[in-house]
Amino acid sequence: MASLGDLERAVMDLLWAGQEAATANTLRDLLAKSTRAEGGSAGHEGKDLAVTTVLTVLSRLERKGLVERERGTRPHRYQSVSSREEHTAELMHEVLGSAPDREAVLARFIGSVTDTEAETLRKLLGRN
Amino acid sequence: MFWTSWFLAVLAVGLAWPVPIVFSRAQWPARSPFTAMLLWQSIALAGGLSMIGAMLTYGLAPVGDNLLAGLRSLAGIVFRNAPSTELGFWHIFALSAAALLTAHLVFTLLLTYYRIQRQRRRHRELLGLLASPSADGTGTMVLNLESPVAYCLPGGARSVTVLSDGLLAALEPAELRAVLVHENAHLSQHHHLLLWAFAAWRQALPWLPTTRLAQEAVNSLIEMLADDVALKCESRATLIKAIAIVASGSTGAPAVQMAFGEPDASDVGAGQPGATGGAGSAGTTASRVSRLLSPQPPLPEPLRLAVLAASLLLLAAPTALLIVPGLLG
Repeated sequence: MASLGDLERAVMDLLWAGQEAATANTLRDLLAKSTRAEGGSAGHEGKDLAVTTVLTVLSRLERKGLVERERGTRPHRYQSVSSREEHTAELMHEVLGSAPDREAVLARFIGSVTDTEAETLRKLLGRN
Repeated sequence: MFWTSWFLAVLAVGLAWPVPIVFSRAQWPARSPFTAMLLWQSIALAGGLSMIGAMLTYGLAPVGDNLLAGLRSLAGIVFRNAPSTELGFWHIFALSAAALLTAHLVFTLLLTYYRIQRQRRRHRELLGLLASPSADGTGTMVLNLESPVAYCLPGGARSVTVLSDGLLAALEPAELRAVLVHENAHLSQHHHLLLWAFAAWRQALPWLPTTRLAQEAVNSLIEMLADDVALKCESRATLIKAIAIVASGSTGAPAVQMAFGEPDASDVGAGQPGATGGAGSAGTTASRVSRLLSPQPPLPEPLRLAVLAASLLLLAAPTALLIVPGLLG
């Protein structure tokens, strides 16, 4: 059985790739199909996957604010709150961001550089 | 007690304004970043201690000959309703200010810790979904992003170094090793604790010149310390090249805006220098590179020892003034 973390990842990948909201059942089938497509002995993992497990994963993702549930439909349909690119941008905002409190969280290899600095560095590269 | 409080007040003022301003203009920290880091820590600690100590000793002067005796009589006044006629308005004002400042500093430190932890947890969650573990090492993750980015996310055993696809594509293996060693040095030398303490110090007293100067200095000193570790296993030229490639590929803003999917964002971003620059980060890169390009010998041993002695003295003087009279008396 794949770990919850792996499943969260797989579910998010499906929701990010798909255009519209999906039910837990649909997601389970898609997960089963994708593990089968990867083939070999790993195939049984997808088949054993219970809908309740998918629902557990979805509620964890919902609690983390990554997935939202459509109200009023039965069974519930789930979709991602933001796109993969938006989440990446959120991370990069923390890494490269300007707010002083972001500075304390991460140590990045290179901070922001000014235009003139970047120009000097480019010249330096050309010379090497 | 009266003279103690005056001495501490002068020390507090000196450490809040002139000393950090002079120190931040000095050139030698780039030569011996570790020593400079120690001095900044002792300036901050001694500064806070003398601020609180000055107010405490001033307020307690009428009720005790030394800090311990004063605190004992204060406890009597507060908890057993002993007569408090000796304490005038200004004494009570100073005592309240000392208590408030202490609480404010501790509270800000804890609040900053909590906020940083929460932010890291969220960041780690997102990384788990967005990045894939790197093939060549544990604790390294690769993020699908075109601009070259490298950073580390501290978290004890779950510490992780994050590299972007763009970085892996742009760097030669030796340059990549230099980047990884640099980032691992941040983690193994626990630089996040220094960043945390000085960020909290600045957040608590943002209008004090010393807190801003100290945070900027510490930000750039930890980069120099990590560079020095990287230089132990890769050549100077390799490290400079890695810095140049990463810096020229990431002028800050474009990376974020590209991720939002704006095709011509890089031009816009490059036209706004400093728009996304953290305080002092641009200057940090410049001083790092210039120090690598024209290496200076470390500070001579006697001078280094003198700075260390000064750091110790800065801490020892207010501590001794506050505690020793009480122990002797």
